[in-house]
Amino acid sequence: MTRPQDFGFDDEAALLRDAARRLFTDLCPQDVLHRLVAADSSPARASACVWDRTLWHRMQDLGWTAIAVPSAAGGFGMSLTAIAGLAEQVGRFAVPSPLLSTLCATYVLAACDSEAATALLRRIVDGAAVSLAIMDRRGVPGRTDITEHQNTLTGTAWYVQDARKADAFIALADDSLYIVDAAEVTVVPDAINDLTRDQARLVLQNAPTTRIATTEATKVLQAATPAILVILAADMVGAAEWQLQTTAEYARTRVQFDRPIGFFQAVKHPLVNMMVDIDAARSLVYDAACAFDHEPEHAELRARMAKSAASDVASFCSGRSVQLHGGIGFTWECAVQIYFKRQKHSEVLFGDGPYQRARLAERLIGPL
Amino acid sequence: MRRVTRETAEQAAFRSDCRAWLAANIPAKPAFRLPQGPLEIQTAEQLEHVRRWQHAAHAAGLVGCDYPREFGGGGRTQCQWIANQEMQAAGAPFLPNIIGLGMAAPTILHHGTDAQKRRLIPPLLACDEIWCQGFSEPGAGSDLASVQTTATRDGDRWILNGHKVWTTLAHFADWMILLCRTDRGEKYRGLTYFVVPMRSPGVSVRPLIKMTGEGGFNEVLFDGVELTDDLRLDEVGRGWDVAMTTLLHERGAGGLVTPRSGGSIGDESKSSRGAASLIPLVRACGRDSDPVTRDKIIKVMIRQRAFEQSERRAAVRALNDHPLRVPLQHKLLHSELLQDTARLATEISGMAGTLHITAEHAPSGGEWPLAYMNSYGFTIAAGSNEVQRNILGERVLGLPKTR
Repeated sequence: MTRPQDFGFDDEAALLRDAARRLFTDLCPQDVLHRLVAADSSPARASACVWDRTLWHRMQDLGWTAIAVPSAAGGFGMSLTAIAGLAEQVGRFAVPSPLLSTLCATYVLAACDSEAATALLRRIVDGAAVSLAIMDRRGVPGRTDITEHQNTLTGTAWYVQDARKADAFIALADDSLYIVDAAEVTVVPDAINDLTRDQARLVLQNAPTTRIATTEATKVLQAATPAILVILAADMVGAAEWQLQTTAEYARTRVQFDRPIGFFQAVKHPLVNMMVDIDAARSLVYDAACAFDHEPEHAELRARMAKSAASDVASFCSGRSVQLHGGIGFTWECAVQIYFKRQKHSEVLFGDGPYQRARLAERLIGPL
Repeated sequence: MRRVTRETAEQAAFRSDCRAWLAANIPAKPAFRLPQGPLEIQTAEQLEHVRRWQHAAHAAGLVGCDYPREFGGGGRTQCQWIANQEMQAAGAPFLPNIIGLGMAAPTILHHGTDAQKRRLIPPLLACDEIWCQGFSEPGAGSDLASVQTTATRDGDRWILNGHKVWTTLAHFADWMILLCRTDRGEKYRGLTYFVVPMRSPGVSVRPLIKMTGEGGFNEVLFDGVELTDDLRLDEVGRGWDVAMTTLLHERGAGGLVTPRSGGSIGDESKSSRGAASLIPLVRACGRDSDPVTRDKIIKVMIRQRAFEQSERRAAVRALNDHPLRVPLQHKLLHSELLQDTARLATEISGMAGTLHITAEHAPSGGEWPLAYMNSYGFTIAAGSNEVQRNILGERVLGLPKTR
């Protein structure tokens, strides 16, 4: 396949991105987001699941759950490059929704190639939210202590994202993948710092299930991992751009020593460092998305590079956005805290920078 | 650095012509040592070797391809970056007239009269005349607009007095692009831009020795040098605007792609001192199982990939909110990538990294420690990286100006 020099970011991709920007500007602007997710500052809030179902219905109506579903299963089969453009906007507005979890699950299902997987893909086209239950207590994707017995599952999956928004889960047991309906599982919420997600343990006790992976789960997850990493990295790049623009605006207007603080190089230069790191990560996101679409043999390498850069950018921009806002940035009232927490969550999800670089070193330098 | 989305038929044909010509015409390595890049050319034999190379590459149409034919160019569109890629991939020597190609030629093309373009650009591209740049002074570094070298009008000519520093290639140069003061009352509007024949009476060049022990840059003194008015570029008082054209190109953000091949400035993924070359080095040094070193190498490799992909993304309008946001980062990112790659290479080399290029057993011929030291030339020159961060903060993020 030939590699498009423009990453394959075509008119269709631009339309999807612009539609997302418009929808979130209307329904999830910063003040609305703050009222929605930060209404309660008490410790009880940490285990709540707060989201706007109306916004989710709009996304379903726009067909966004179908964009990554292959056309053979009734979806739009759009490029990962286009989906990265959408994910950037989700991050930029810190939208609480099961959209990205569902897109990640979609790539796992698309790699399964079984009737049961196709059936769930069709439910996703119709608007179902699906999340992955593929981590153990240590948070490493690709292992759980769930076991299968006569088409039922028993055990626990950890760190399941958007668990209370999902209609179904893809669970990993032994080396196979299974579908479990939300009604068949016990969701035990985690108290988390991120206000824009919910996370839970999934406890299964003889939960009825359908097997979906006909090849080994490891291979399926390997095939889907680049797409998952690109989606998470794009979300972080979008959120980091919000952190940059919001902090730059503060530096242009906050006056101390008779000048806007952005005059001082101690403030100006860290802002520029945020920008150059964001641009590097953003270029790697589209490089990896394009590789997934056109040069799959390079996809994993490029996606790990993108996730590594984006995780580091998320961490750096989060720290600088609070610090450069000064006292107000340290308050609950300031929206900066919302993005700080979302970014710190995304940073480690599916492996932080050092984790990705260790995997890259195994590939590029040799096993340890 | 600008690239079009897909190669046109003209570009594809040009690429294969370049490849065929390069396969047959790259000169053999000389018996003497060539420096790592054009900024450290010291001897006449070094210069002659690379001067002949640029002359041949220009005659073959690989240098100045995007310049109009009447000014000695190839009359092509968006082809220089292709020639650059092919020259780099083929392992061609560097082009010596780097100040001319990167700064003087685009500036003359934008601001010169037709007669100036016809006289100056063809021998520049062919490397028949070498160029240097007279911008910095002892008292005007980052604050470039405070230059004090003065041109005073005397009838229909100008009398030039002053002192320039860090003047790369001045010891070989035929011409200098010069920013100087024609009005003491106005800091920015008091500046005018000239081209100066370096063989004029009253011009003296004194070599400066770099921290590496290499020569290559100089100080230049003007003592009553006479300039005719046809050596002035653009209007009197417009020197600052002309200088901005020069600097935009020097920093890799200008409209014209600079012809480049080999040396320390080029496509790092193909360079012998790119990040990927750290992998054979770390194995040779027996440090490839150290997790900390592995992490550092992968970090640098990711940065290099990002740098290349940002160049690719800069050409995709839909993925750029601000047209100069990525191009203005070019010089900053490239120089820091070179520096950090070379620094890491010396770290990986351990005690062997202490060895000079003349040492018999130095890893990679001792080129890494030399490249590391020389990298500070890139992070300081062309507006220090601190100044680059000011420019990015002010022009892209809209922060208040430092000056």
